[in-house]
Amino acid sequence: MFEQYLAIFIKSVFIENLALSFFLGMCTFLAVSKKVETALSLGIAVIVVQTITVPVNNLIYQNLLKPGALAWAGAPDVDLSFIGLISYIGVIAAIVQILEMALDRYFPALYNALGIFLPLITVNCAILGGSLLMIERDYQFGESVVYGFGSGTGWALAITALAGIREKLKYSDVPAGLRGLGITFITVGLMSLAFMAFGGISL
Amino acid sequence: MTKPKEVLVEPIFEQNPIALQVLGICSALAVTSKLAPTLIMCVSVIFVTAMSNASVALIRKQIPSSIRIIVQMTIIASLVIVVEQVLKAFAFDVYKTMSVFVSLIITNCIVMGRAEAFAMKNPVGMSFLDGIGNGLGYSAVLLFVAVIRESLGSGKLLGYTLMKPVTEGGWYPTNGLLLLPPSAFFIIGIFIWILRTWKKNQVEAA
Repeated sequence: MFEQYLAIFIKSVFIENLALSFFLGMCTFLAVSKKVETALSLGIAVIVVQTITVPVNNLIYQNLLKPGALAWAGAPDVDLSFIGLISYIGVIAAIVQILEMALDRYFPALYNALGIFLPLITVNCAILGGSLLMIERDYQFGESVVYGFGSGTGWALAITALAGIREKLKYSDVPAGLRGLGITFITVGLMSLAFMAFGGISL
Repeated sequence: MTKPKEVLVEPIFEQNPIALQVLGICSALAVTSKLAPTLIMCVSVIFVTAMSNASVALIRKQIPSSIRIIVQMTIIASLVIVVEQVLKAFAFDVYKTMSVFVSLIITNCIVMGRAEAFAMKNPVGMSFLDGIGNGLGYSAVLLFVAVIRESLGSGKLLGYTLMKPVTEGGWYPTNGLLLLPPSAFFIIGIFIWILRTWKKNQVEAA
């Protein structure tokens, strides 16, 4: 039981890193990685949102949308999985909104640190991607909690590492056409290559 | 007032959504290891961007600005569900290989970004063209990447053998790295380099 959860955690942080092997959340990944501090706050926001939304979407899928899931309501033949997308994105938008209000009320310091990044998370594909991958792999509730936390952590790790590299990169002499976005892409490519080394771990 | 032709053609090289506006990168990287899914992805994105731009422009005067994001999101999500169901019905194999990336068109920032930045301020026809233009700009980069990755990575293109690989008794040693995720980053990086060497005004200040 515990080993199985640990395996999902390690797998989602290193081997199947959302940013570096599935390319999810790339827009924010590239746009917000200029400074370590901001990258870290965004990373923490993603961990929090991911840990909440993945299990909630799991509950919705298991109890409402899955083919035959409505048996408890006397409708065992109903298959609602086609409206999945619209429900997940709605859940994500709603949770981000609630989280924003709750943080503002109870943890103003954290709320100010996260600032604009919290609402931006709604359109971060890492979040929706996490939920969709969870559905595709048919995780149970417990597994989905671990997967949500693990994949969020992996993403946060990747963006913080990239921000660290980009801070150093400012002092190097890059060819004019590659400056900014171009060299960032190549850096991320090298990071992704390095992360592939984890692929050899068998769990 | 900008001309329809400019709106259509500008996003391809002058205002490329991927290379300059940093929008919609996730899917650009993930689906490009083969040309066939890339083509389907391009068509889907062009369809969704064009239709969502047109629908948002149609009701732009009725949407209260405080809930516009939710309204745009709902329109986009409905269009993506249509695309997904069509693919599931007519191209199930390709749909399977693309896994979650069709659904992720919802959070593709190109769609959202153009709805917010262009369709909210412009009439229906122009917004529709802007959607097609940005979809084409996106497709240009995707096709460039996919052609390089598939032809050099496996010696084949759309199932036809271009260069016979060593493993099948031919002469071409396949470059397996190009089929792996990291190569997409290198190719897009180089694409941006070429584009910016050609169009000097896009170079970023140091």
